[in-house]
Amino acid sequence: MDSISKKEKNIKINLFNYFKEFKALLRKNIREYGMFIALFIIMITFSVLTNGTFMSPRNLSNLINSTGYIAVLTIGMTLILIIRHIDLSVGYVAGFLGAVVAILMTSVKLNTGVSILIILVIGIAIGLFYGFLIGKVGIPAFVVSLAGMLVFRGLLMLATQKTGTIIIPNDSFNDIGNGFIPDPFKLVDGYHSLTLLLGLAGIALYIIAELRNRKNMQKYEFEVLSKSMFVSKLIFVSLLIGYVIWMLSRYNGLSWTVVIVLLVTAVYHFLTTKTVLGRQIYAIGGNPEAAKLSGINVTRVTYFVFASMSMLAALAGVLYTSRLQSATTTAGVGFELDAIAAAYVGGVSTSGGVGKITGSLIGALVMSSLISGMNLMGVNISYQYIIRGIILVAAVIFDIITRRKKG
Amino acid sequence: MAIYDTDYILEMNNITKDFPGIKALSNVNFKVKRGEIHCLVGENGAGKSTLMKVLSGIYPYGQYEGDIILNKKIQKYSVISDSEKAGIAIIYQELALIPEMTVYENIFLGHEIKNRYTINWNETIAKSKELLKKVNLNINPAAKIKDLGVGRQQLVEIAKAFSKDVKLLILDEPTAALNEDDSENLLNLLKELKEEGITSIMISHKLKEVISIADTVTILRDGRTICSLDASKSEINENTIIRNMVGREINDIYPKRAIKEPGEIILEVKNWSAYSNDLGRSVFKNINFNVRNGEVVALAGLMGAGRTEFANSIFGNPREYKLSGELLINGKPKNLKHTSDAIKSGIAYVTEDRKKEGLILIQDIKNNITLGNLRSLSSNGIINENEEINVANKYKEDLTIKAPSIEQLLSNLSGGNQQKVSVGKWLFTEPKILILDEPTRGIDVGAKYEIYTIMNRLIDEGLSIIMISSELPEVLGMSDRVYVMAHGEITGELDIKDATQDEIMKMATN
Repeated sequence: MDSISKKEKNIKINLFNYFKEFKALLRKNIREYGMFIALFIIMITFSVLTNGTFMSPRNLSNLINSTGYIAVLTIGMTLILIIRHIDLSVGYVAGFLGAVVAILMTSVKLNTGVSILIILVIGIAIGLFYGFLIGKVGIPAFVVSLAGMLVFRGLLMLATQKTGTIIIPNDSFNDIGNGFIPDPFKLVDGYHSLTLLLGLAGIALYIIAELRNRKNMQKYEFEVLSKSMFVSKLIFVSLLIGYVIWMLSRYNGLSWTVVIVLLVTAVYHFLTTKTVLGRQIYAIGGNPEAAKLSGINVTRVTYFVFASMSMLAALAGVLYTSRLQSATTTAGVGFELDAIAAAYVGGVSTSGGVGKITGSLIGALVMSSLISGMNLMGVNISYQYIIRGIILVAAVIFDIITRRKKG
Repeated sequence: MAIYDTDYILEMNNITKDFPGIKALSNVNFKVKRGEIHCLVGENGAGKSTLMKVLSGIYPYGQYEGDIILNKKIQKYSVISDSEKAGIAIIYQELALIPEMTVYENIFLGHEIKNRYTINWNETIAKSKELLKKVNLNINPAAKIKDLGVGRQQLVEIAKAFSKDVKLLILDEPTAALNEDDSENLLNLLKELKEEGITSIMISHKLKEVISIADTVTILRDGRTICSLDASKSEINENTIIRNMVGREINDIYPKRAIKEPGEIILEVKNWSAYSNDLGRSVFKNINFNVRNGEVVALAGLMGAGRTEFANSIFGNPREYKLSGELLINGKPKNLKHTSDAIKSGIAYVTEDRKKEGLILIQDIKNNITLGNLRSLSSNGIINENEEINVANKYKEDLTIKAPSIEQLLSNLSGGNQQKVSVGKWLFTEPKILILDEPTRGIDVGAKYEIYTIMNRLIDEGLSIIMISSELPEVLGMSDRVYVMAHGEITGELDIKDATQDEIMKMATN
């Protein structure tokens, strides 16, 4: 009798400590977890409002695929915002280069790979020119990219003037935005087995990376999560990945868009967390004067960041054009605002120096979940714009409040 | 309101002002007679600015102890505009004029002359003309501020003060940025205004001016009133002022190091000058300066002497200045185009303002320490994280940085520990010459001692240190050789054996 109540008491104390740590963790990392909470709330809300349609395999697959171009832009925008600049022209750059790639394939009759390569190079050239105006001449990025917005809007109209919408009759190109990876195994009926296998591999990689990281942290006696909290986190994230993968495999499996986005994310995540260049980007954002005095060539980093942004805008143009299977006169309208909003939602600080690539990816998902959910519910497009505007301001308010608490 | 029977236009009695951990003013008494020119002198950090901030209401009533009595009435200001209404006008060193606006717009900025709803420009211009005449400034009131020299801008500021019915004019180092002619003009104007019965208080580092103009001199030191000297009793002379300014005891907070014969000259500049197009004058000129292996060279002087600008110029960060002259490292001429060139040449610069220019406060100790030399920790641009952690831990231990781990954000550290991170960061670039700009400003005595100990250890290891310091005891306690700088020129070079506080202060106020 006595020993049982003692056991109960111990369990109670353990549970109490567990939740106490959970709460402290949430409070301390509210910046990092805020967007997950936002995503969670949005998903639940729309699932209820649409009687479950929102979370159906088909819609989830559509939603994730339609996030592609925004996600790619958001990743580039994250670096721009970290070094305290902005690029307002990415929408029209994407739209214009999307039209160029269409023309290259239809009128010039180049093959898909060469056409894409050409516009990526054009994208880099545009970014280098921005970098010159901003980093070397010293014109504010706001002005340069506002001018760029007008110029590329005009160029897009010129490019599509003769033909109007350019239809692209090219399956290999259109597969980028609409196709799915093949399933050579076909192990289970009704499920995409390669997707399932890749998902399992992804979960395994995630767990191994986390374990290794934890071990390293312990070796250097850094603060780590308690064991129970750590295991909870592993289980939670694995379940989340597992659930999404399972849903996708019930539809058509992983799309090429998702593969591209994951690759870009991986590259930029590596760049920002493991390389000297990444560290220099955060240093410039954190304190430009100190960065300069530390021997960092701020101008050169500015060149790089804008070149990377415009290259990703070109890639976003490819994804969007391919998804529509055509280049239109209105392609790219408002992309820049979605990308900026997604980055802020994803935890990038409005005063620079702070932000993660993975966070921005989640931010992009939040934005496209909103759009997808509102479309499903048949919300009038005018209200959609208003709501997106409000979300952007809310994200920035959240940023300012969480920063003030720390300071 | 109580009426105080006093001959003084202003009495500040027993003013005490605390900042966390430091007593900026303790029981300061400051009395200004009606119609006199009263000079307030003291070293940097003596409390002059704090006292003026109390007087102007920047530190409102309740945040300090003691009484302010102006015109026989006790004053309780809660905002700056209260003190302005009472007739106090302070003209700061950094002029508060808007360059793109005209003279008359600036003079009446904030208290425009209005018709019912609109500004009465005719009246504004007419009044401006009168005011400009009063300050002996013969210019068109429609001229833009940016087209005037600093001297004339200063006079516009004074005209602006008179537009507000000023009873007490306070000038904070008014001649610091002026050339000799403009300075003399200004001082003459003050004398003329005195004839008209205007009382002024002038804060100044230039003792010759003080002696020529003051009726009374009050000297502050370490937040206390040391004495007031009266011209009518011929108490005012350079030696008395300097003695009272510097009288601080040099105690043994300076750890000793073994005396070494200095080695070869490692860094030297010849006829080194910088001209600023923005300011329209030289920032420093004809500087001849050298540092030898294994010595601490102090660069003494007062704020604004051009020392920080000089340090930046030899660190490959000339800002917008045009440099001329020769810079030699190990006897070879060098052209440092960027800070990275200076770092490669073995120079490191621990900045004066560590928060603004030195450190990245939103990042952790580790990232800050390794930032200056990430190349050595990486191959193909990829950082070796384990090695980075080891490096950061080594410096944390070596420099006794007090923090739970190297993952602690800089914004959570005390000033002393931030300074140690700053030093650690630059040591990791493996410098030969370390420039320390006000290395112990704003940190407590214990942390100061630790910084000094670190300096001695570095000298023993063969480094050379250039220490810029406004604290004379620190200069005397830590250096082997002293250069004194004033108004952008080297006004003296002393071996530590011959250096005294009086001597240095004389050169710095030259």
